[in-house]
Amino acid sequence: MSGHHQPLNRKLITLPTLVLAILSFIALLILAKRFALGLGSVTNLNDGYPWGIWVVYDVVVGTGFACGGYALALVVYIANKGKYHPLVRPALLASLFGYTLGGISAFIDMGRYWNFYNMFLPEQMNLNSVMLEVGLCVTAYCIVLFIEFMPALLEHYQLEKAKARLDKVLFIIIAIGVLLPTMHQSSLGSLLIAMGFKVDVLWQSSYLMPLFAILTAMTMGFSIVIFEASFVTVGLKRDSEAHLLRGLGRIIQVLLGVVLILRFGDLLYRGALPAVFNGSFKSFMFLIETALFVVPLVILSSGKHRNRGSMLLIAAVSMLFAGALYRFNAFLIGWTPNAGSSYVYFPSAEELLVSIGIVAMEILGYLLIVKWLPILPAHAEVKKQTAIKTDPSVNKPPAEQASVEVGS
Amino acid sequence: MDRRDFLKLAGGGAVIATSSGTVEARGNLEVSDEAVGMLFDATRCIGCRACVVTCKDINGMPPEKATEAEPWDMAQELSADTLNIIKAYKGPENSASTNSTAETDVSENPGFEFIKRNCMHCVDAGCVSVCPVSAMEKDPKTGIVSHDPDACIGCRYCVAACPYNIPKYEYDEAMGQIQKCQLCNQKGVERIDKGQLPGCAEVCPTGANIYGKRSDLLAEAKRRMALKPGDPYVYKLGSIDSPHGQEGLIPEYQANIYGEKEGGGTQVLLLAGNSYQTLGMPDIPERSYASVSETVQHSIYGNFLAPAAVLGGLLYMARRNLNEDGQDDDHKKEDEHGGAELGCVDRTSTRKTEDRS
Repeated sequence: MSGHHQPLNRKLITLPTLVLAILSFIALLILAKRFALGLGSVTNLNDGYPWGIWVVYDVVVGTGFACGGYALALVVYIANKGKYHPLVRPALLASLFGYTLGGISAFIDMGRYWNFYNMFLPEQMNLNSVMLEVGLCVTAYCIVLFIEFMPALLEHYQLEKAKARLDKVLFIIIAIGVLLPTMHQSSLGSLLIAMGFKVDVLWQSSYLMPLFAILTAMTMGFSIVIFEASFVTVGLKRDSEAHLLRGLGRIIQVLLGVVLILRFGDLLYRGALPAVFNGSFKSFMFLIETALFVVPLVILSSGKHRNRGSMLLIAAVSMLFAGALYRFNAFLIGWTPNAGSSYVYFPSAEELLVSIGIVAMEILGYLLIVKWLPILPAHAEVKKQTAIKTDPSVNKPPAEQASVEVGS
Repeated sequence: MDRRDFLKLAGGGAVIATSSGTVEARGNLEVSDEAVGMLFDATRCIGCRACVVTCKDINGMPPEKATEAEPWDMAQELSADTLNIIKAYKGPENSASTNSTAETDVSENPGFEFIKRNCMHCVDAGCVSVCPVSAMEKDPKTGIVSHDPDACIGCRYCVAACPYNIPKYEYDEAMGQIQKCQLCNQKGVERIDKGQLPGCAEVCPTGANIYGKRSDLLAEAKRRMALKPGDPYVYKLGSIDSPHGQEGLIPEYQANIYGEKEGGGTQVLLLAGNSYQTLGMPDIPERSYASVSETVQHSIYGNFLAPAAVLGGLLYMARRNLNEDGQDDDHKKEDEHGGAELGCVDRTSTRKTEDRS
């Protein structure tokens, strides 16, 4: 077993995993209905609103949340900040789940999914289409993420030779793994350019759309790393990684500053600033979004706060909501089919349950795999085990040890 | 890799990215000489809906009933079962025109006016530009925008990107498809290829809607607008080339032809007495959204130069940084790389953090 990553020796079946499994199962049942009776049988999609939360949350926001692997690869391998390396594997795992399920969600949402292979046929491809670029890149990136994740599997099965061989070409995979998200995350913004006036003036930045999309992808990526690391620390009672996360907070701070300056500069340039204060529902949503961007900026600007895990977490969560709300606003809340039309959209209960189920699958998969494969940094785990001996309040170590042996 | 190297590379990437961006902006697509379309003159429409019925007949679409007791078509909006619809808009009558319409500042005719909604067959069609699998296509000669359900993946980007909300997906079907007006020239119908007229133009009793070459229709619209209100005029029936016509009086037209320039122009043109926005048409700029979208897309991906250059930089840095055995900028001295074998990415760095903690 590798010396620096190690499976977490805990029980596989716990109350949280049971609840998550039930939520996942409900989603699968609803999806069976969707495939049997059509999209209209479970969603509130209509002639005015062709894209609902399955696209906007599960794909557009979901892959944004899944940018942790991208953000860390950028820092660790490209900017060469090796100290963040312990965070890479857990982030990659979350990205792998986020992207795979994002891709599956896109497939579920396709009205003619049995034709999806046409995207890969050169004679059918339309190179002008932003959607083609997104589709191909996301598919390719799912494969790349899986390869990047392979070392954990190879370590688990002690396939040293295969791992050594993979390590030799890993730099290629890593480089592609940085390029692909840069391309398709920016393209998620470009998707909106062709929609023109249907995207509210507060979010229709036209030429700048790809830039805002990639910047929010990065901020969401770094934030999710902080969020996941804090979650692992608290939820799985492990050592704090605050000393590592602090530096990420610094990066987010810079990115946030850039986002806000560009955002207001763009609104000013396009003469859209009055729309910010016109008291409409959309202006209200814009103000909330902006506040969510400003809060982490304020927190992270204070060195004292940056050093505290709890403040970092608050900043990260606020930033996640900011990035998600920006994308929700641009794609759905600030989206109107036509000024004179009477179409409305609000997700149905079944639509929501599918999205919730997909998130549940991600968390469930993450929890199971960190207990099965060497994902989390080992040094913390070693300390943990010594701590268990001295601290009886942490639940029954012997039973946990036994159950994991079965799982591994 | 030190900061200087990083900046050099980043700068190089930026230069390539921006220089390939000067590839030249894609302007609006040009209309083909043989492009066909329709001219709808709202001032001639009496709202009989013969075109709606004929459209349903030709396309094999069921009536949308209000209740089972009233088995006739009561469609209120375009849908996957209604590709052509007549809508009535109530004019401002006496109140609005006198006081508050300062923002539009156009004369509004009192009473009702009807508008026919169907695919505008855009010269630079958004649906064609955005479709990932070329299911939406524009005929290079006629300019008719057609749809191929066997290619379509059902992503509904065309629905989202159409400024006129034309393509409709069948949400109520397990294996639904996109439906849109194809000017009665889709496979199995092919009325245009056979020398016939689109159904809706053929049955229009007042010549409110006529078929023809776009250039002829545009000239016809300008001819009508050039006349004085009240002048007698013979309106063609069915087609611009038709020998048949119906006499009428020239009304007071809006100052522009909708579709001449909107979004890069459309092959279905509109004339009306009320402002087009009053009649529910969107007010869109002359530069097509598709051309903006494609300009951005091709600036970034034109010839794949920029991604290739970025990938080159990333490969170089990833390889170098993996080689450096995880030394990070905060600690490493210059020229410390080399010596370590590939693959041991992280050991030292992990240990380092262990030591620190």
